Amino acid sequence: MKTRSLALLFVFGLVVIAGGLLLPQWMSYLFTIAMGKGLVVLGLVLLMRAGLVSFGQGLYYCVGAYVAGMLTQFVGVTDILVIMLASVAVSVAIAAIIGLLLCRYREIFFAMFSMAFSMILYGLLVRNQFLGSTDGFNVANPSLLGWTPGAEASSDLVLIVAVFLVIVLGAVAWRYLKSLSGYAGEAVRENEIRLEYLGGSVFRVVYVKYIIAAGLAAIGGTITALVSGHVDPEMAYWTTSGEFVFIALMGGTAHVAAPIVAAVLFEALRTYAFAVSPYTWQMILGFALLAIILFMPSGLWSLVERFQNKKARKTS
Amino acid sequence: MKQLLAILVDGSVYASWLFIISAGLTLIYGVMRILNMSHGSFYALGAYSGAAMVGWYFSTGSVPWFSFVALIAAALVAGISVGLLVERGLLRFMYGRDEVVMILVTYGVLLIMEDAIKLIWGVEPYFAYQPYTLLGRTKFAGLSFANYDFMLIGVSILIGLALWYGLNRTRNGKLLRVVIHDREIASALGINVARIFTITFLIGAGIGSLAGALTAPGLSVVPGMGIEVIVLAFAVVVIGGLGSITGALVGALIVGMSRAAAVHLYPDVELFVIYAVMGLVLAFRPQGLFAVANARKI
Repeated sequence: MKTRSLALLFVFGLVVIAGGLLLPQWMSYLFTIAMGKGLVVLGLVLLMRAGLVSFGQGLYYCVGAYVAGMLTQFVGVTDILVIMLASVAVSVAIAAIIGLLLCRYREIFFAMFSMAFSMILYGLLVRNQFLGSTDGFNVANPSLLGWTPGAEASSDLVLIVAVFLVIVLGAVAWRYLKSLSGYAGEAVRENEIRLEYLGGSVFRVVYVKYIIAAGLAAIGGTITALVSGHVDPEMAYWTTSGEFVFIALMGGTAHVAAPIVAAVLFEALRTYAFAVSPYTWQMILGFALLAIILFMPSGLWSLVERFQNKKARKTS
Repeated sequence: MKQLLAILVDGSVYASWLFIISAGLTLIYGVMRILNMSHGSFYALGAYSGAAMVGWYFSTGSVPWFSFVALIAAALVAGISVGLLVERGLLRFMYGRDEVVMILVTYGVLLIMEDAIKLIWGVEPYFAYQPYTLLGRTKFAGLSFANYDFMLIGVSILIGLALWYGLNRTRNGKLLRVVIHDREIASALGINVARIFTITFLIGAGIGSLAGALTAPGLSVVPGMGIEVIVLAFAVVVIGGLGSITGALVGALIVGMSRAAAVHLYPDVELFVIYAVMGLVLAFRPQGLFAVANARKI
């Protein structure tokens, strides 16, 4: 990535943060949630580029959120950076073990098996009285490097950190997709045997992507836990994972920005649908999903690509 | 000893319930290669239409014993007509798409049906306990069992036998197995694959609704019941092997017995144990216990 585009991205980030802070409270809240979900879906998109659809990203989303919640509530650690690192570390450790088993599977078996693991966590959490059973528990307000922003400003802090992380991790993911390991993902989707013949390790490619996706999902879960101030087992339920797949499909897998944009659009659509008709918002989402699959199989990002192709393409 | 008996009976009741639900799911997957997420919604649809019908039937004051007919007929009519709508109106335009895409399509159908059910029947719970109490209870070895539950076991055995007979001993069943084996060769031989797909989906949807209707008298019918059920059915068919009726039977027995054992011995792991068993089976037999392994794609 060139210095100019990096600088542009940085300015863009500042604008988004400023815009996010100026929005009314409920909108900046939704925006932060969307950032968190966007990161989860970014991980899912990395897997989908390798042809693997995980119906169990809720597992790491929930693990990240619960680690964040337990650290603030039971250990007394509130520093957002420490919490992030801890969530990612725990999720990556779990993914490193589960991945050994899971990365041998493809297609619907991968999807179903990953769903089973997230349902195991759900089953454990709803029966755990100490962690609040189905109600979950509250998460204390975060701090940053000794600075405690207080109840009002702490959601602003999470927003700033979330946007910062989205930009940095998005740029890293973009760079990753241009790397050998990133391209190898598409090779896995297209033809595994050829990749093996070329000397690549299919298992390693998938395993690395699975672990990256788990780390991203943990960050997303942590952001959600900190901004909403509450965690519950529903985060590991299969409908949450289904929502992530929905967002991924909505955005498409063509670009790292697609899942982030799609997450913002999804939250907006859901909020709007819920406000318009509280009883049929799921139905509206269902029709939207079917419409996307029928008319826009490569997601909303295909609109952007169509627009780009119309302009004379610069080769840079 | 008493506990063992309770586990065995509860386990078989639960297993037969699971089998009725999973049979439709696995049949649809076997023939159409669609892992039907909306199967749970057909289950809920059957439960709601059955419960509403039973409530209405008893308010007319007719002969109580015919309420069973009303219950089952209402569910079958609702399930088959909605199934026809879904298959003809949507799914047939999607055939040939990737299996994972089909999961998402049926997920969309699930979202739509969940809200449609809420729109029609509201969010208040429905009760259709009359058929349940009508059959009374049996005292056996110091334990009391509902006769309705024994009837459930009988019905599931009947459905299993009917499916087995239909698939293995009838002309249409043989045509169906040809389609399962190789869709392209089947259509080249002149088998009307599109019609077989429609019929299969209708049978699957019908069995799903029937499962809902048969469950309705035993518990309260509430929104979201289909979403809970579908993951259980997935676990069952994945353990047994996707697309295999025998697999669904064995999967249902394994899940039913382990859940019953967990409930009686260590209730905290009730949900956990189901998915743990599923993980264990998949770790050693990725295709499930009874599925035929697919050749690796090149």
